[in-house]
Amino acid sequence: MKLWLPAAATSAIRIDGLLIGLLAVSFAVLALVFGLMLLYVVRYRHNSPIDRGALSERSFRFEISWTTATLLIFFGLFIWGSRIYVQLFQPPADALKVYVVAKQWMWKVEHAGGQREINALHVPVDTPVELIMTSQDVIHDFFVPAFRVKRDVLPDQYETLWFRADRLGTYHLFCAQFCGTSHSGMIGDVVVMPAKAYADWLTTNGAGDTLADQGKLLFTRYGCAGCHGGHGTVRAPSLDGVYGSPVPLSNGTTIIADDQYIMDSILQPRRDVVASFEPVMPSFSGVIGQDDLVRLVAYIRSLAAEKPQ
Amino acid sequence: MSQTMQAPVLPQQMTSYLTDGTSLRSWLLTTDHKRIAVLYMLSITAFFFLGGSAAALIRYNLLVPEGAIQSAETYNRLFTMHGVIMVWFFLVPAVPVTLGNFIVPLMLGARDLAFPKINLLSWYLFMIGGVCALYALFAGGVDTGWTFYAPLSSNYAQGHVVAVVAGIFISGFSTIATGLNFIITIHRLRAPGLTWYRLPVFIWSLYATSVIFVLATPVLAITLLLLTFERLFHVGVFDPRLGGDPLLFQHLFWFYSHPAVYIMILPGLGVVSEIVPVFSRKQLFGYKFVVWSSIAIAVIGFFVWGHHMFVSGQSLFASIAFSLLSFLVAVPSAIKVFNWLGTLHKGRIRFDAPMIYALGFIGLFTTGGLTGLFLAALAADVHLHDTYFVIAHFHYIMVGGMVSAYFAALHYWWPKISGRRYPEMIARASALLMFLGFNLTFFPQFILGYLGMPRRYHAYPPEFQVLNVLSSAGATILAAAYLMPLFYLTYSVFRGPRAPANPWAAIGLEWQTPSPPFTKNFAVTPIVTEGPYAYPDPGSDLADV
Repeated sequence: MKLWLPAAATSAIRIDGLLIGLLAVSFAVLALVFGLMLLYVVRYRHNSPIDRGALSERSFRFEISWTTATLLIFFGLFIWGSRIYVQLFQPPADALKVYVVAKQWMWKVEHAGGQREINALHVPVDTPVELIMTSQDVIHDFFVPAFRVKRDVLPDQYETLWFRADRLGTYHLFCAQFCGTSHSGMIGDVVVMPAKAYADWLTTNGAGDTLADQGKLLFTRYGCAGCHGGHGTVRAPSLDGVYGSPVPLSNGTTIIADDQYIMDSILQPRRDVVASFEPVMPSFSGVIGQDDLVRLVAYIRSLAAEKPQ
Repeated sequence: MSQTMQAPVLPQQMTSYLTDGTSLRSWLLTTDHKRIAVLYMLSITAFFFLGGSAAALIRYNLLVPEGAIQSAETYNRLFTMHGVIMVWFFLVPAVPVTLGNFIVPLMLGARDLAFPKINLLSWYLFMIGGVCALYALFAGGVDTGWTFYAPLSSNYAQGHVVAVVAGIFISGFSTIATGLNFIITIHRLRAPGLTWYRLPVFIWSLYATSVIFVLATPVLAITLLLLTFERLFHVGVFDPRLGGDPLLFQHLFWFYSHPAVYIMILPGLGVVSEIVPVFSRKQLFGYKFVVWSSIAIAVIGFFVWGHHMFVSGQSLFASIAFSLLSFLVAVPSAIKVFNWLGTLHKGRIRFDAPMIYALGFIGLFTTGGLTGLFLAALAADVHLHDTYFVIAHFHYIMVGGMVSAYFAALHYWWPKISGRRYPEMIARASALLMFLGFNLTFFPQFILGYLGMPRRYHAYPPEFQVLNVLSSAGATILAAAYLMPLFYLTYSVFRGPRAPANPWAAIGLEWQTPSPPFTKNFAVTPIVTEGPYAYPDPGSDLADV
């Protein structure tokens, strides 16, 4: 029986520290409560002749002191837990980006170079990795116990999760949010590899086309290019250089064109219409699956560097 | 409503409530709060054993990694059934509608609740809701989990989601009616001299619980209604495919369901605050702190729901605020534990079965509360969320805490309710067995959760097997410990020795009327002149032993 869990990422060590702190506080309080309870029930059992003396008059002081002590300890734990949590939300800018699409009941992983895997994720050691995750149907949850990280994966929404694995090995990947019949079968492996082996793995599993290249093909196949392509931008804005820059909307506000905005604009085009354009684009909800959306978004991201002419 | 000041009851009217009419009709159409309490007790006992059987099947399935006896479909339906029955048809109503219904008017010196007919209506609504949910659970079942997360429950799950939801919806009205009845009774029907600070803590706890009943249950009703509209008519509320937001469901659901946790535990805290002074023969330490901590829990409890959503995609800042508030809501619980210990100090402690259950409660509730701190600390929750750690944590509160308190209360007031004594030694043995069985069942689950075993898994990797087997073994012991009271309490109704009016030599109005009480409770409305725990100072009079 194994009672310790390997810590295979930088986040794991920090969270384990917090857990040990919480455990120490818990054991101290439990020792106090059980200790006093046992002491009193033995010492003051009804047939014990011990002299009870007079009752303390100072109950108010006791109340104030244990309330204050509890508040202070709790506040310390709150600060500790929150600091690490905030770090879990701040991926380094140079993190390797990997796309994850969840569906009942499998994990599909798409690497930027076009490599695909199912129920497995290969990552290089000592490198920050940022997962950009979405779901095709219900809510799932990407959970790697050895990294101590987890995040719900929501339909039609990008959620991110980052980690820096620092120990080679193969670790469990679990779906932690109940997602229907085969929830317990929605598991896989996270393989942490040396940088060299990872590079080899990418080459061996290379699909030829990168995600962006595949997205470019889809851009034509789904008919996006008809309006957004070329340079005649009468019905729809050109997408060159849009990614990452502010977009003026018809309601007078401005929005940064990130992954989520691109996805929303494809699935619910009438929600945030670009200023000076008519809301004529049809919704592709139910037409384009999340797998292809990932590619289209990658393609539009690759246009970020293109200067609109 | 102002029955307190009515004319005295004549001796010929002083027949026990149990024998005042023996036909089925006299039970099913009664407006006597004591008989309604008995009806409720029979109903929730049935629900408890149904929900418990589902739990037993779950535990036996988890004996082997690949799942021993059920398919994934069946397993998912069983844990949903376990959750739905235990939460809405046992834990939420348990203490308020049975012991609360029976004892509240007696503690207040009243002849009944303020609205006896609404009280009966509550029971019928509860039963209609219960039968509706049971029909659905047996006619094919539901595999959404008791939390009904959308869009799984609204557009993906098969099964009778709407029928189960309808059952919960209907029983919600029963809860609201009971809450209103208690609030008004406590305001209007207190005996002369029974000021607010002379009320037993049990009354204060039920008052706090009733406020949550009335304020939170409507939100659950709205949520379930929206879910039904989305499922039946494809009105987009929660499913992004229809333009909805799945996080909205979680916010609404937990806005009810977190206060509901306090609905389940507050009455238990009240029960223990009654029992500890009686069996320590001593005043409750820090009465006003215990009272106001119940109110504080009820109020702060409305602002912590987001701690169920730390990994759900909720905003970072919302999570930080909810974490701080969750730590705050734990403070009043800690205050209660310290005050119970203060009550034990220098007492004359007796170890009758209710006290053993109550002491077990203090230990298990403390453990459950401390592990709650792990889940309130944001980064720790990221690892532990949706694992068996969470299962263990809330079972320590709900089962170790609340079910222990229910059994403590049942034994404590059993002589009053049934007019009989239960066999004391067997009762003590079953109380100890429950404590041991409970810890063996749920302690290994803390470790399983830390090791990363997710909840709601029909099959699991083999390295988790040893701890799962331990847990299942504990569940067997726990099941035996739950069955024992069913037999000896039933036995005592027919064969137990007659109980005197006040078998525990306790202070409190409910003990000043015969066991079992007659229909109108008190011959003359009592006049209250002192607090609820006015036991003599234990140091002052040694002859009092």
